Amino acid sequence: MKAGVVTVLALLLGGILAPVVVAVASADPGTSLHTLVQTRLEASGVEHPVTAVLLNFRAYDTLLEIGVLVVAGITGMSLSRAGARAEPELRSTNTLLHALARWFVPLMLLLAAWLLWAGSHRPGGAFQAGAVLAAAGVMMRLTGLPTAWIAPGPMLRLGLSAGFSVFLLVAAVGALTGRAFLAYPPLLSGPLILVIETLLTLSIGMILLGLYVAAAQRDGADE
Amino acid sequence: MSPGLLYALAGMLLFVMGLAGFALLRHLLRRLMAFNLVGSGTFLVLVGLAQRPDGEPDPVAQALVLTGIVVAIAATALALVLMRRWFDLTGRTRLDGEADE
Amino acid sequence: MAELLLDVLLVLALLSTASAALLSRDLFRAVVLFIAFGLLLSLSWVRLHAPDLALAEAAIGAGLTGVLLLDAVSHFRGRREVE
Repeated sequence: MKAGVVTVLALLLGGILAPVVVAVASADPGTSLHTLVQTRLEASGVEHPVTAVLLNFRAYDTLLEIGVLVVAGITGMSLSRAGARAEPELRSTNTLLHALARWFVPLMLLLAAWLLWAGSHRPGGAFQAGAVLAAAGVMMRLTGLPTAWIAPGPMLRLGLSAGFSVFLLVAAVGALTGRAFLAYPPLLSGPLILVIETLLTLSIGMILLGLYVAAAQRDGADE
Repeated sequence: MSPGLLYALAGMLLFVMGLAGFALLRHLLRRLMAFNLVGSGTFLVLVGLAQRPDGEPDPVAQALVLTGIVVAIAATALALVLMRRWFDLTGRTRLDGEADE
Repeated sequence: MAELLLDVLLVLALLSTASAALLSRDLFRAVVLFIAFGLLLSLSWVRLHAPDLALAEAAIGAGLTGVLLLDAVSHFRGRREVE
């Protein structure tokens, strides 16, 4: 009964949305954001348009995004037992995985660094690098390589908050020195974006890994 | 039909499917996957529609969807933490008031 | 023409893996199909000229989501050990 009603409603919604999507696709937007970005790209401090939008033109969204991530990370980790993060339990005894991890973890760290650097002039950037960093951390956890920095302590706090706080600091300095909130000094925007991106990468990697560690612990019956 | 429109329509279908799945499915993990489909469908609509018939991609839509993807994985991970706590505490994989399988 | 065919096939694959992931009776199967959906979505981003999204989706959609969901499935099944 319920399934039937939901299916009918879903079909109805699809029937309404499809013409809307087609209408939007055929509508003339007037101004093209693409050309707008291209004409201003030089002023952004980076050469890759997506990075320019993320870290300069729409940096506000990125700032809020890392804020959301920090809140999610803190919430997730505070729900887990503190002890489980301190002592990584050996989760896999697969010898092949161990052998691969010895090769993959350094390679993944290198890849993350390259993605971060590439972001200024070609596809890549803080988000992709942060995700690869987190994946390297997951691999280290799975194979029991030491991950002491994810244990509660100053390292974890610093790693979690560095991206957001430095981003906010740069934004506030911009506002206090007479430019707009989040406006970079024109000559420094390239280096500033790189610094912010580096810290964002570390923070994103740490938050995602922290959430994985918080989710992956097993404490069911022994509490 | 331009490729952008094709993917946008597919995204719309994924959105509707995910919504229906979210309403009908009871297992929390399945609901989470349905919710992720809604998100992915929305991303496809955004990027697909932002692509003009001349094939030029729009960096603004891509940047916004990129933040969306990262927020979605963080929300998914947080949902899994909550879900597993719920399972550990109650032994159930559904919410209260719903019969277990 | 060949490119349009590729797009149509990719869209069909996206929709079928997504619906199979929703409808599958076995939870493990559903999760694996969902991971496959993430990989196909990553290909779609390439087709939409969005390499940034493809990179992020491949690392996140296939890598991290896969690990998180598979780990959760084994948790719900009450198994204590992986491997």
